[in-house]
Amino acid sequence: MKVAISIAGETPDAPFDARFGRAESFCLAETDTGAWTLHANPALSAAGGAGVLAAQFIARLGAQAVVSGAYGPKAYRTLSAAHIDCFLAPGNEVRSAAEILDAFTAGSLTPADGATHGGHHGD
Amino acid sequence: MRIVVASGKGGTGKTTVATSLAQVATEGYAVRFLDCDVEAPNAELFLHPSLDVHLDVGVQVPRVDAQTCTYCGTCAEICRFNAIAVVGETTLVFDDLCHGCGSCTWMCPEQAITEHLFVTGTIDSGITPDGIAFARGLMNVGQAMGVPILRELKKRAPAATSAATGVRRALEIRDAPPGASCPVVETMRGADFVLFVTEPTPFGLHDLKQVAAIARELSIPAGVVVNRDGIGDDAVDAYCAESDLPILLRIPMNRCIAEAIAAGRTLVETDAVYRSQFKNLLERILTEVPQ
Repeated sequence: MKVAISIAGETPDAPFDARFGRAESFCLAETDTGAWTLHANPALSAAGGAGVLAAQFIARLGAQAVVSGAYGPKAYRTLSAAHIDCFLAPGNEVRSAAEILDAFTAGSLTPADGATHGGHHGD
Repeated sequence: MRIVVASGKGGTGKTTVATSLAQVATEGYAVRFLDCDVEAPNAELFLHPSLDVHLDVGVQVPRVDAQTCTYCGTCAEICRFNAIAVVGETTLVFDDLCHGCGSCTWMCPEQAITEHLFVTGTIDSGITPDGIAFARGLMNVGQAMGVPILRELKKRAPAATSAATGVRRALEIRDAPPGASCPVVETMRGADFVLFVTEPTPFGLHDLKQVAAIARELSIPAGVVVNRDGIGDDAVDAYCAESDLPILLRIPMNRCIAEAIAAGRTLVETDAVYRSQFKNLLERILTEVPQ
């Protein structure tokens, strides 16, 4: 299956990015083969609704799961509608996308069963 | 004739000036007063209108007909605010992100979108004991966009009724919100004159420069009222001189004024000297506006 991981950089050794909507890039990994591709996040500079835009973006990439550090209510609703499973990884540890992928494959990541915070709109 | 009272910095005395100006204007004009600070309207505390008319207002948000929608994604692509999302065979609308621009409805190739009112606030209006047609916008708690409410306030607030003494010219006074953001720009839009209330401090000057830039951008003539005159420094005076902003009135730093305002009295009700000063202020404004 394809899993999208939010990363803070444009290379595969870039560290994990705990932000979803404002992540710098997404690393799209195929769990069966380990093949990956990198995609700049079009929502990084969105005026608003970044989570909604990022969610549509990774849906179009064909991701069936996503790993990030937090999901706002609108991002979560969009990801759910796209049938993408959301997983959480702690954002306070510097880890590479490869390590996150290993943890995901090992099944040691926590699934997010809802938005993790109240969103940013209007703040 | 429409006069906006703005400041940039909060707490400089916009409402103090706007309410007194409205009261002296009733002597010669049919006055309409719009409290445009939709996040925290407070002019009613001084003008005491009977707010008995309430109108729900908000944003026209899209609703997608699932039968007609082909999930082509045009609406999501066109939306600058990411208020509409298409994933697989689902179209999601996020009402609170929508600015009501209508682009999605306009661009939908299947005409699957209709618009519905998403209520974000109310317009409350009524007459004050002075005969001022008063209206305020009030944004519902949890909403983030004041501009749609302001647009409706400007459009739908009841007009000033002609006083019994005969037909008078209409004068509208808008009490602007603090800051220099979209709601302030919307308040100024369509005005004939902007009156900046500032205090002679670095904070007052910093924010005065921002709102003065908006008025310049909109080509609206402007003047300044210096409130709490006597504190701070001379930088506001210097700025006004070099920017061709006439200082039309100075209100001194005075404990009596603070006590009166705290008790809900307007300046012109507090001291007769202000009644004549505000009359002069109104006349000065009228001479600044090209007729």
